[in-house]
Amino acid sequence: MLGALDWQAIVFVRAWRDPSASELIGAAAGGLAVTGALAAVVLLSVFRLWRPLWSGWLTSLDHKKIGIMYIVLSLVMLLRAVIEAALMRLHQLVAVGQGGPLSPEHFAQLFSTHGTIMIFFMAMPLLTGIINYVMPLQIGARDVSFPLLNAISLALTAAGAALVMVSLVIGRFSTGGWSGYATYTELAYSMGEGVDYWIWAVTLSSLGSTLSGLNFAVTIYKKRCPGMTLFRMPLFCWTTLCTSILMIFAMAPLTAATVMLALDRYAGFHFFTNDAGGNMMNYANLFWLFGHPEVYILILPAFGVYSEVFATFSGKTLYGYRALVFATMCIAVLSFTVWLHHFFTMGQSANINAVFGIATMTIGIPTGVKVYEWLMTMVRGRIRLTTPMLFAVTFLVTFVLGGLTGILLANPTIDFSVHNSLFLVAHFHNMLIPGLLFGMIAAVQVWFPKAFGFRLHEGWGVAGFVCWVAGFYLAFMPLYALGLMGAMRRTSQWARPEYGPWLAVALLGAVLVLGGVFCLAMQLFVSIRRRKELAVPVGDPWDGRTLEWACPAPPPEWNFTVIPKVASGDAFTVMKREGRAYEMPDDIEDIEMPANSAVAPVICVASVATGFAVTWHIWWLAVLGLAAGWGAVIARSFVLDTKRRIPAATLRASHAAWLDRLRRTVPVSRAGETDPRNDGLAEHGA
Amino acid sequence: MVQARGADGMRRAQMAGTGRGGVTGTRSVCAARVPRIRHLPVLLPLMLAACGDARDGIFFAAGPVAEAQRAHFFYILGWMAVAILPIFVALPFVLWRYRYGRGRGRYAPEWESQRLLETVFWAVPVVIVVALGVMLWRQTIRLDPYMPLGPDPMTVEVVAMDWKFLFLYPEEGVASVNTLTVPAGRPLRFVLTSATVMQSFVVPRLGGQIYAMGGMVTELNLQADAPGVFRGQNTQYNGEGFAQQKFEMTAMAPDAFDAWLARTRADAPPLTPEVWQSLDTRATADPAVYSAYPPGLFGRVVDTTLGTGSHHGGAGQ
Ligand code: HEM
Ligand SMILES: [Cu+2]
Ligand SMILES: [Cu+2]
Repeated sequence: MLGALDWQAIVFVRAWRDPSASELIGAAAGGLAVTGALAAVVLLSVFRLWRPLWSGWLTSLDHKKIGIMYIVLSLVMLLRAVIEAALMRLHQLVAVGQGGPLSPEHFAQLFSTHGTIMIFFMAMPLLTGIINYVMPLQIGARDVSFPLLNAISLALTAAGAALVMVSLVIGRFSTGGWSGYATYTELAYSMGEGVDYWIWAVTLSSLGSTLSGLNFAVTIYKKRCPGMTLFRMPLFCWTTLCTSILMIFAMAPLTAATVMLALDRYAGFHFFTNDAGGNMMNYANLFWLFGHPEVYILILPAFGVYSEVFATFSGKTLYGYRALVFATMCIAVLSFTVWLHHFFTMGQSANINAVFGIATMTIGIPTGVKVYEWLMTMVRGRIRLTTPMLFAVTFLVTFVLGGLTGILLANPTIDFSVHNSLFLVAHFHNMLIPGLLFGMIAAVQVWFPKAFGFRLHEGWGVAGFVCWVAGFYLAFMPLYALGLMGAMRRTSQWARPEYGPWLAVALLGAVLVLGGVFCLAMQLFVSIRRRKELAVPVGDPWDGRTLEWACPAPPPEWNFTVIPKVASGDAFTVMKREGRAYEMPDDIEDIEMPANSAVAPVICVASVATGFAVTWHIWWLAVLGLAAGWGAVIARSFVLDTKRRIPAATLRASHAAWLDRLRRTVPVSRAGETDPRNDGLAEHGA
Repeated sequence: MVQARGADGMRRAQMAGTGRGGVTGTRSVCAARVPRIRHLPVLLPLMLAACGDARDGIFFAAGPVAEAQRAHFFYILGWMAVAILPIFVALPFVLWRYRYGRGRGRYAPEWESQRLLETVFWAVPVVIVVALGVMLWRQTIRLDPYMPLGPDPMTVEVVAMDWKFLFLYPEEGVASVNTLTVPAGRPLRFVLTSATVMQSFVVPRLGGQIYAMGGMVTELNLQADAPGVFRGQNTQYNGEGFAQQKFEMTAMAPDAFDAWLARTRADAPPLTPEVWQSLDTRATADPAVYSAYPPGLFGRVVDTTLGTGSHHGGAGQ
């Protein structure tokens, strides 16, 4: 009935039977997860929010709401993964020369969940959320091309994340790292449910991402407003386009790899086994065929965000727009040609290594160009160093350092000595934290006021910035040194006292990062409390340059009263300069927006059930889950009435109310950007 | 036993189509030119600041491969400085000069491109990448792990196991677990396979690292220039005992090594099939030396792991 599941699997039972520090920590984590979930249920019930949650959010097909849900999901997962990181750091420090609180197996689960969550359930949802929110607005569209598919992508990603959360309470997670290398993850070496949790969580997420990629690419190709040629798109849209193309082509090898691994484990196939004709090198090959483009999926959207930030907060048009577009495209294409650098040490010929090493360094060219272009964007501008800009400027410096170590690692000779070491761990955090996380935090700072109608508190933002940046440097610079001293990744303990001081500094850094998370949470809390004084109803708090600022904050469901027409880049800046930004359009028509649909939430629940069932070999539930999910899709195809009509009168009234609010608003110069005077109307040229 | 490659079912650790035809030249590593290490003094104190015996890794190179890697490391740093330093210098200047309010810089909100600058921005990285690329090509071929470092290398067969390394000396006939003794100054040729999951063998101060994979044979050529004790380890996570899968490699003067050999042959127990059985379990192991081992053990490990060997007796029989 319950497959392989028994009471022993529950983390609390395990801790009861064997109250070791490691199991107790596991139980505490499980307890936190359960408490969090219960608290959410209680709060929703007490405040009677179930209905608004259902009809306003879960069943909504509005790209803006889906984007926000993605972001909320990623922030919850971020919290877990950062806590895990700090715990690993703490353990490694305590464990120098002795046992340490965690069992080696528990430590391995931690780096596996941390890595898996950070990549698949923090980074991917976060950037997908930002893209979802911003991109359609920037191209002057009312929604993405396939709103329901969008909701289904979110459902699949959320289902994967849920599986990882469930593994905190029921059973154990994989110990195979985020890359899940066979043969270690084959049944012969990793029995039990751990790897299966990983397989299904990652598979769900990769399916979700593939669909998102398709959706975004089609949206950009088909839904740009009149006059918005490709070369008039904001740079963020370009990076989104490249990321989407990468998603479409790069997720497939991952899905193939995880499915093949699943066949090995469930059905006795021999894709990656040692014997019977299997070959684990194929796993490494497939995984990195996905894995390398993946890092550009992660980084390109942040490049887009930074491009917008540098331009907006320097009050200047982007320098070298065409070069930036071209560089982005180069990066996207080249990113498919370098995956072998993740296994220079696998024993292939030196010629092969040399070719892939040089290909890897070639990516440094367009990336270097970008850095210079961003710097030049600030030249002859008027730079305002507010929170997003602080992150952007720090990114420039930090990312360049990461690029330096990246070039080092691109050289097979150097890689041979530091492969799999903490030098590598330092390198990829050095790329991903500034090149992804800082960008996305900056994006939240920039677009939050658009989404919710009030700005985020600047003081807490700066505090968060200081903690994050100091935390990052303290946490990861020591790892470069440790890696060069022969400390390898995924190591739960060392008998070498000389590592102690470095690990202590790294722990301090991790704690500061936690402080940074706290500051950003406080920022949100304080901003909600002071939302009246921070309000920016007119919708243009930063003297924005692109179309998303040309509508109220928050924007109406339909984004634009009439679809804008543009004749140049920086469309909104031009509209403001020509005095056309805030007019009453005379051609308002009835529009249709997608009606709510329960298909996505059904698919989410069904996917969690199926994933859980397959992990635990509960076959009846797996069949039921699959039937429910596909049933929902089939049922949906019989629904004819998928649109909701919004009459022109509603649009007109809403637009008039906005213009009315605007007339009562005093424009503010950039000097007053962060104080209560800023109601979202920018004074021209000040 | 590498001669057995291909013949009895062993596969080279190569993907299809990556034939190693042209690169088996015999140029010695030591002979080729390497840029000298000028920047080392700057970094040394940093590394040593943590006290203790932090001397590990290529900065404390103890052999020709690691030395070449270290030199290459600083060569890259030097070239990269050309691209990076301008940014570090220009950024504070730009932030100051063009700050909102009191900045002295001219404001040109429409300024978006300048042909000459654009050319420079593309040219500088291209030049750097070309310079680094040439060096990369040369060094990669020169430090090909398959290439012997000199005449008459000593072969050591490495069997990666969970969670230990077994070392077999085919010419000397002795064996050891989690401890490795070699002659200093003589080229070493490691031939590796795995009896279990993929692992990676490294001795950081000698440089180089290579995967050991089940049913496959890879090779790594290293050398210790002078007597000393170096740490070696597996770097690829392979389960609970991973953190313990470390060994000490002792390089001895040739006569000391011969004395060690004689001692080992005389005093150490042989590696019997029973010993093999106990090694072939997922467990950590203490260092041990053996006076003899069943001939052909390495080849049988490859076959057994590959599933083409005897399924009943196991490799140790
Ligand atoms: C915010 C502060 C962070 C800290 C303190 C941190 C810390 C760590 C630590 C201690 C490890 C294990 C290193 C080892 O193997 O010995 C690790 C691994 C990893 N981290 Fe982070 N991390 C952070 C953020 C991130 C972010 C933002 C990402 C990605 C977007 C990320 C992705 C990874 C990945 C992929 C691994 C490898 C996991 C594996 O070995 O399979 N981390 N991190
Ligand atoms: Cu890569
Ligand atoms: Cu192989």
